[in-house]
Amino acid sequence: MQEYFRNIWQGLSTVLTGMKITFKHLFVPAVTIQYPDVKVPLPERVRNRLYVNMDDCIGCDQCARVCPVNCITIETVKSVPGEDLGKTSNGKKKALWVTQFEIDIAKCCYCQLCVFPCPTECIYMTDVYEFSELERENLNFNFVTLSKEEILQKKENYAKLEAEKAAQKAAAAKPAVANPEQKPTDN
Amino acid sequence: MIFEFFADLLGSQILSAIIIAALPLVFIILYVLLANWLERKVSAHMQDRLGPMRVGWHGWLQPIADMIKILQKEDIVAKDADRKLFSAAPVLVFVGCYAAFAAIPFSSAFVGADLELGLLYILAVSSIVVAGILMAGWASNNKYALIGAVRSAAQIISYEIPTVFIILCIIIVSGTLNLTTLSEQQSGTFLNWYILGGDVEGWKKFALIPFMFIGFIVMYISSVAESNRTPFDLPEAESELVAGYHTEYSGMKFAMYLFAEYANMFVVSALVVAMFLGGYQSPFGYVGDLINVPWLIPIEQFFWFTVKGLFFVFVQMWLRWTLPRLRVDQLMALCWKYLIPIAFVNLLIISFLMIL
Repeated sequence: MQEYFRNIWQGLSTVLTGMKITFKHLFVPAVTIQYPDVKVPLPERVRNRLYVNMDDCIGCDQCARVCPVNCITIETVKSVPGEDLGKTSNGKKKALWVTQFEIDIAKCCYCQLCVFPCPTECIYMTDVYEFSELERENLNFNFVTLSKEEILQKKENYAKLEAEKAAQKAAAAKPAVANPEQKPTDN
Repeated sequence: MIFEFFADLLGSQILSAIIIAALPLVFIILYVLLANWLERKVSAHMQDRLGPMRVGWHGWLQPIADMIKILQKEDIVAKDADRKLFSAAPVLVFVGCYAAFAAIPFSSAFVGADLELGLLYILAVSSIVVAGILMAGWASNNKYALIGAVRSAAQIISYEIPTVFIILCIIIVSGTLNLTTLSEQQSGTFLNWYILGGDVEGWKKFALIPFMFIGFIVMYISSVAESNRTPFDLPEAESELVAGYHTEYSGMKFAMYLFAEYANMFVVSALVVAMFLGGYQSPFGYVGDLINVPWLIPIEQFFWFTVKGLFFVFVQMWLRWTLPRLRVDQLMALCWKYLIPIAFVNLLIISFLMIL
């Protein structure tokens, strides 16, 4: 009998204790973060999407070579004399036209190894992490600032220079070869 | 009262009756939208979450958005289900809850049907729900649905007994089954509410208070159990029975169960309020009396009734998000070993007190 009443008392009091706890929690500020509106601050050294500042890039290819997953593709064209490519922010003179600088973020493993060798610190990790795409091709980011026509022109310029050089070489070499031929005609 | 008002206004008793019958439906729909939103917010904040926040201010339009969504859903009937019973069951369940609204006195001016046997009528009519749930479980041809339905029937029938005992206590004290009369007897201040002994004279009033309080607790527990809510939600225990008797339902038919559940929550709360907490009476006087505007009083009464009802609906939600579900044997033990003896002894003591 005693146990019967103790059961009743225990049942009621524990229910009330529980209700007190839940009622307190009704006024506890929610821990929810309204994600797209409010974002959790990222840690300082967080590694996310890569970005390349093409104004500073000298096309040295070091990042592409260090990349363990080969996600960076760089193609450069030498500049012709007389062309001014400007200087990087830390005073290095640019000598190469970067005609292709693609990073396939889908392959990227976010190791940050490409960031360290860069002599001009133009490739770095940003805090952008929301860049999901429906097509995998869209994750292939192209950082080249030159237009297609410009790239073609640069290539042409360099080809011309090469051709000229070759022609000069040929011209320089010709006399050596041609002279003996000429000599008889001259003689 | 309101019947005569509409009959005079429209000149037709049939139209007036239809309007009176439709008014609780409007109330149910508005209330379900509110209660659905409240349930989500209460549950969320009790768990330190935010709940719906996107649709409207703090997500208050979320239930409306959900209703629009559920209206567009395909109405699936399982291949081996008994089609007729399957379609009739949700209607029956909802009708059971809706019919109970007829006798609920929202205010002195608005009672759907001012029945002399109002309390008995509500008890009788809400038993239709059991039939509807059993029909749903049987017609679904699904083991989970059937187990849920049988559990529900067992539960509702068992918990009807303490409810009736406590209603008997109230009948003994008040001498009436009419809910409007019951509310009128508790007029004045909250001191006249039956939970505080009602309008009984002298020392009996004070002697009644503890037993009325016990009666109130027993009544509330058993009414929560009757509306199949956690901690008594064994019929639809999602962790063991998928969704219980409405496992196979989808679309509007599922929505009808939802409506019925919330409507039932209000019916049981309204019953508790009408029996113990003064019905539609204000706990202190009326503003209408104070500034001498008689037509304001019924509106105030409606306000008080809704507030009290919604408070007990809130307590049900509060309990739901506090307590874990009972085991089947615990559920039956609570009813047969605790509530029924307590209610019976309570009835004996109250009748003894009233004879003195």
